Amino acid sequence: MADRARFSELTMEHMPALYSAALRMTRNPADAEDLVQETFLKAYRSFDRFEAGTNLKAWLYKILTNTFINSYRAAKRRPEKADVEDVEDLYLYRRLGELRDGDAGRSAEDEVLERITDDEVKQAIESLPEAFRIAVLLADVEGFSYKEIAEITDVPIGTVMSRIHRGRRALQKALMEYAVAGGLVGSTEAGR
Amino acid sequence: MGTGDSGADCEETIERLYHYLDGELTEERRAEISRHLDECSPCLDAYDFEGELRHLIAHHCRDHVPESLLARVREALAEEEQRGSASR
Repeated sequence: MADRARFSELTMEHMPALYSAALRMTRNPADAEDLVQETFLKAYRSFDRFEAGTNLKAWLYKILTNTFINSYRAAKRRPEKADVEDVEDLYLYRRLGELRDGDAGRSAEDEVLERITDDEVKQAIESLPEAFRIAVLLADVEGFSYKEIAEITDVPIGTVMSRIHRGRRALQKALMEYAVAGGLVGSTEAGR
Repeated sequence: MGTGDSGADCEETIERLYHYLDGELTEERRAEISRHLDECSPCLDAYDFEGELRHLIAHHCRDHVPESLLARVREALAEEEQRGSASR
């Protein structure tokens, strides 16, 4: 069995990030806590097999993601799709640009960004279909590279890139809807 | 949006903007996009917005770890250690 003090010293600092990711994945605090505990236990049991010098954080995320997929997600779900056919790149930026008054200047976009709340961002991420949610979390919240995400989620890098791309577009669409619902911007073009 | 003489044009820049932000371009491509952003303020505005949005998403997604979870995990690890040494 691995040295517990040494294991804790190296891994505990990652708990806040792992817990946040677990919350976005499970979308409920009780499951997120169970998932984090199970992740740490599994990591401890297999810590002897962790190769020193490799990416510890990515290794922990791989255990977290696998455990989530195998134990916590709703069983036998149909493959989900991110419905983003009508969502272009830079969706949020372009919609906000169209909505702003001619004389409002670019500060209108910045103001919307400043007023987005924690809850809105969290809900927007949690609204994404699972595979896209995980890809966006790993890329945009945790800053993993495409290659690392491919290893963590065990899918080809092309699939990772496509999931991140579609996930981001869906996320921007969701954020735009919150901005409109919260009165941060006018709703004249909201339905687009 | 205008077309720069050197490096990438606007269409190419916007198409590669996310890869650029992700740090996933080759040095050469990266330099082309950088050159374009230096001389095209509409593209630079879009880049700034996307960068700021990315930063905000990460910043807004941090949750406070409950003390009870920390305690639970420490306890579970201690039990696991005991179980491990008992079965040796």
